[in-house]
Amino acid sequence: MPRRCAGASSAREGTGLAALYRKELSDHLNSKRFLLIFALLLVVTTASLGGAVTTLFGGSTESTEFLFLRLFTTGSSSIYSFATFLAFLGPLAGITLGFDAVNTERSQGTLIRLAAQPIYRDAILNAKFLAGATVIGLIVAALGLYFCGAAMLLTGLVPGGEEILRVIAFLLLSAVYICVWLALAVIFSVVCRHAATAALACISIWLFLSLFMSLVASGIANAVYPLSGMEGILNMVDNYELELAVNRISPYYLYSEAATTILNPSVRSIGVVTMSAASGAVASSLPFAQSLLLVWPHLVVMASLVLAGFAAAYIRFMRQEIRA
Amino acid sequence: MEEAIVRIQGLTKRYGQVLAVDHLDLEIAPGEVFGLLGPNGAGKTTTTLMLLGLTEPDSGTAAIDGRDCTRQPLLVKREVGYLPDSVGFYPDLTGRENLRFSGALNGLPPEECERRAEALLERVGMTYAADRKAGTYSRGMKQRLGIADVLMKDPRVIIMDEPTLGIDPEGIRELMTLIRELSVRDGRTILISSHQLYQVQQICDRVGIFVRGRLIACGPIGQLGRQLQSEGRYLLELRTDRPGTLAEALNGLEGVRTAEQGAEEGLLRVESVRDIRRELTMLAAERGCALLELRQRGGDLEEIYRNYFEKAGDSHDDADHPADPAGKGRALAAALRRRIFRA
Repeated sequence: MPRRCAGASSAREGTGLAALYRKELSDHLNSKRFLLIFALLLVVTTASLGGAVTTLFGGSTESTEFLFLRLFTTGSSSIYSFATFLAFLGPLAGITLGFDAVNTERSQGTLIRLAAQPIYRDAILNAKFLAGATVIGLIVAALGLYFCGAAMLLTGLVPGGEEILRVIAFLLLSAVYICVWLALAVIFSVVCRHAATAALACISIWLFLSLFMSLVASGIANAVYPLSGMEGILNMVDNYELELAVNRISPYYLYSEAATTILNPSVRSIGVVTMSAASGAVASSLPFAQSLLLVWPHLVVMASLVLAGFAAAYIRFMRQEIRA
Repeated sequence: MEEAIVRIQGLTKRYGQVLAVDHLDLEIAPGEVFGLLGPNGAGKTTTTLMLLGLTEPDSGTAAIDGRDCTRQPLLVKREVGYLPDSVGFYPDLTGRENLRFSGALNGLPPEECERRAEALLERVGMTYAADRKAGTYSRGMKQRLGIADVLMKDPRVIIMDEPTLGIDPEGIRELMTLIRELSVRDGRTILISSHQLYQVQQICDRVGIFVRGRLIACGPIGQLGRQLQSEGRYLLELRTDRPGTLAEALNGLEGVRTAEQGAEEGLLRVESVRDIRRELTMLAAERGCALLELRQRGGDLEEIYRNYFEKAGDSHDDADHPADPAGKGRALAAALRRRIFRA
């Protein structure tokens, strides 16, 4: 009888997770899919920077305050701004990294082999999610640094301390936002047997929440609080608030709102401002801490969306039969 | 028997209305090769999954090396290697990288992973393809890599689910030699679940016949054969130059149930309630028939299997599953026989 292995019995609990995480990460980074989405985002970033520079420096600009930050949110007539692009295409990155996390593992017969190893079952999901989140962090950081660097070279602007802080906050927000979509994709990868089904489900939700949610929101708001006739005037505030609330179900809207607030210090409030509240206000931009305070709920909601999505995937996965 | 390494007591698993595993009791001694045989859907895979803690039993316990499979799955999975029925590997990694990854999941240091992977690839004869991507492997190669993969953790117990499925005869022969070696040379305990009887019977110390979640017979193959004979089922297969004459004579003999001609030239199958070999030779001499071949059947697994299976099918239909369409067991048995003969 051969000597018993000392290594296996003294294996630490975390080794399985670490090994899986390393493998998932290298899988992502070596995959064509990752290269493709990264290249797409890089091209889009370059284009939006070009658009912003032409708009801001081509014509007359009314103010030079926070000019560097304005590069992020300014588009041109033909191209969207960097923030808009990230809001719209970021989800695609999240979905790409997650939609086949578990179902491919199942269909190629490696899930059961994994499950037969001395690791906790949740380590499989944790590793996949963490690896995806890491890649998202890398993508967002790389795009952000690229954008800043290229902007500095092109315009000669040097961001100030507050601007740097705001950019970092914006990038963090973007990473969390994309992670929401990663969590959604992981849920579908657990629920759907086929990767294609999961991808389609994710993409349809993405398109719905990004493009059609605003229509649905105004439809609901108009149905509940009609704006026509005499009562329309009375309903105006309620109508707007309901529309806003429904819109905020979509992480796309949440992110857009938060990103605008962070990147544009002159945004002082999100929501309805009455004349009485606005009267007497000093017309100046908000300090960073105040802007952050304004979007804090958005960030918390998105983080909890990530957690809720992950928890749902987790519960579903733990209850599922492992066999193919 | 030595202190059992695998101990299953009253294990039960129900999927909705279907009883997948029905109060299974089984003990396997260290170093033993045990064959769990039964048709598809008999509950073999469910049983193996419960042994690995991947499926929770509704009642009963399973323990490997004194550790409860449901409550301490991590400890169990350190000692148990599992080869699933259609083993899969990451197609973008090479065979060697796949093995290395399994080693890492078991907490082996990188040098040890490398050393073991090298030795195991050699052992299963896969060194030549070790650095090719696993996606290019054939079924047989995957199976061999699967065995190397199971051995990466140096398990004391190995569970194999249908290891011979989809492999060519030469590959099966090699596989069987390898499995036997794992038991004899390394002293590992091996549990094979299969519906392919011929291959498995060559290497098993004991077999259990598993039908509809129940272990209907369990023991060494020879003993199962004798058990059948003591219940009055004797099967002879013989070849003669004048089958018609001899069949007629045999059908007149007391104790013979049936004597019928087989498909092959001169082949006769005789089923009787007692040993008739003495009378048979005398009868053949009387009628002037030359006995070219005479073989007692029933000692091999297929016959045992068929008989037990038919018995189980009968009792099941009557007693436990009144709702089942009658004769389902027999139909299954027939399907099974066809499959066996084809294999």
